[in-house]
Amino acid sequence: MQWTRQNLFSSWGNTLTTLLILAGLLWALVPLLDWLIVSADWRGSKRVDCSSGGACWVYVAERFDQFLYGFYPEEERWRVDLMAVVLLGSLSLFLWSRVSGRTATACVFLSLIIGWFTLTGGESSLPPIETRLWGGMMLTIVLTVGGLALAFPVAILLALGRRSTIPVVKIFCTAFIELWRGVPLITVLFMASVMLPLFLPDGASVDKLLRALIGVSLFAGAYLAEVIRGGLQAIPRGQYEAAAALGLGYWRTMYYVILPQALRHVIPGLLNTVIALFKDTTLVLIIGMFDFLGIIQASLNDQEWLGLAAEGYVFAGIIYWAICFSLSRMSKGIELRSNTHRV
Amino acid sequence: MSEPVIAVERVHKWFGTHQALDGVTLNVKSGERIVVCGPSGSGKSTLVRCINRLESTDSGRITVNQIDLAEGPLAVEQVRKTVGMVFQQFNLFPHLTVEENLCLAPVRSLGLSESVAKERAKEYLERVHIPEQAKKFPLQLSGGQQQRVAIARALCMEPAIMLFDEPTSALDPEMIKEVLGVIAELADGGMTMVCVTHEMGLARAMADRIVFLDEGRVIEEAPPSEFFTAPKSDRTKQFLSRILQH
Repeated sequence: MQWTRQNLFSSWGNTLTTLLILAGLLWALVPLLDWLIVSADWRGSKRVDCSSGGACWVYVAERFDQFLYGFYPEEERWRVDLMAVVLLGSLSLFLWSRVSGRTATACVFLSLIIGWFTLTGGESSLPPIETRLWGGMMLTIVLTVGGLALAFPVAILLALGRRSTIPVVKIFCTAFIELWRGVPLITVLFMASVMLPLFLPDGASVDKLLRALIGVSLFAGAYLAEVIRGGLQAIPRGQYEAAAALGLGYWRTMYYVILPQALRHVIPGLLNTVIALFKDTTLVLIIGMFDFLGIIQASLNDQEWLGLAAEGYVFAGIIYWAICFSLSRMSKGIELRSNTHRV
Repeated sequence: MSEPVIAVERVHKWFGTHQALDGVTLNVKSGERIVVCGPSGSGKSTLVRCINRLESTDSGRITVNQIDLAEGPLAVEQVRKTVGMVFQQFNLFPHLTVEENLCLAPVRSLGLSESVAKERAKEYLERVHIPEQAKKFPLQLSGGQQQRVAIARALCMEPAIMLFDEPTSALDPEMIKEVLGVIAELADGGMTMVCVTHEMGLARAMADRIVFLDEGRVIEEAPPSEFFTAPKSDRTKQFLSRILQH
């Protein structure tokens, strides 16, 4: 009460402004909440169940499994669920201060390798599932996490290379970064999907998802490299000299002394790139793959559920936002735990 | 014993158009304690940084334990493992605890086991009188404590030679004493040392020989008794009168 009186109603002008803003909020929020929740249709399974004029969440509920798994066979979807749990588990190791960052990174990479073989199957007793059946949120996550996992080591090498004193290495890394950063992701994906097979010898083929992954990771790698380079530049020369004076060579200096510090400096920038990539992966629609947004869009053309674009896009927006916000909280957690050495 | 452990022969070094070292020759015998002094910009830091090749030289020859530094990266790495260095700005690794700072190089460049390295770290932290700080991070310590950790970190490599590059210049006056105390103890223990410093008290107490540098040249080389009471060159007299006034 005290606070509102002091800050919102301290004078006639302030009171008026406060009331106007409140009125504006009510005017906008009430119909929105009414559409989203109050008069929305939640129960049923058919189009006819949506008659109230509010949002038709029946459609989202009916298609929910498809939004998550795409066309991944129903009886094999437990693999996706299992791998999602494994991935989340290994990612959460980053937040646990008793596990070192290196161990957590190793666990994530291991879970990704296991994940790839579990989801594709074929090698073991699991029946093979072609990647063209993959879709929905599952595909979005595979592209983002897989793309980043491939991009990260490349980015570190590129960032180090761009600061190298060896001219050939420096020129190569700079050119590589500028090339991939200067080309739109759509172009990269299109090249990876359509042009690359033309250059391969007859009979040799690379899985389409794998091609997209490589395209995405080269693109993201160029961006990440520049973010990491920013962190490298913040490390004082004395750190390199101290490591050198202790007889540590270039790679050990980088691995144990420079990179751990540099990466900590650029966590916000890295998260920026991660979130951008997460949302950009939706461009795989161009090469005929249906990620989360793609599959929602495709379902809008279903004869039975025509005219529900608003519901589809609002649902997509909510889910994207929720995941990006969780990522942001997670990076905040990593920042906190990795800065214990600062007083 | 006659072979010097550090032999600097007619070394020249330029930074662009500025000549930092102009034909410096310096021989250090095993167990000898050298203090290098001179006005700022005289090339004294550059000289010690050349000894473990943090700076390259433009001409002349430097050998450490008969290893020629110009031979290549392997020779340089070999020399660095036997030459400890303490910097003006400490240069501790801020993301590692004191103990990890001390163990990193013994494990990763000497190949010691983790447990042996930890034993060593404990021993040398005791030597510099701060065994209780092992689990803290460098930035949680005072400047004097940080510099003592830096000395212990260099000692953990069990070097034959220690280089000090103005080890007390970045410290508050009250902390200078604790660091000087540790350096003096090391000197008493018979360590071969080359120390750049403005602390004339330290020079007087521990040096076997004082080397006075100006404009990249060795102007005078003498034991402290001679250096302070009967300097030969006018340049040295001028420097001493200015520095000892305070």
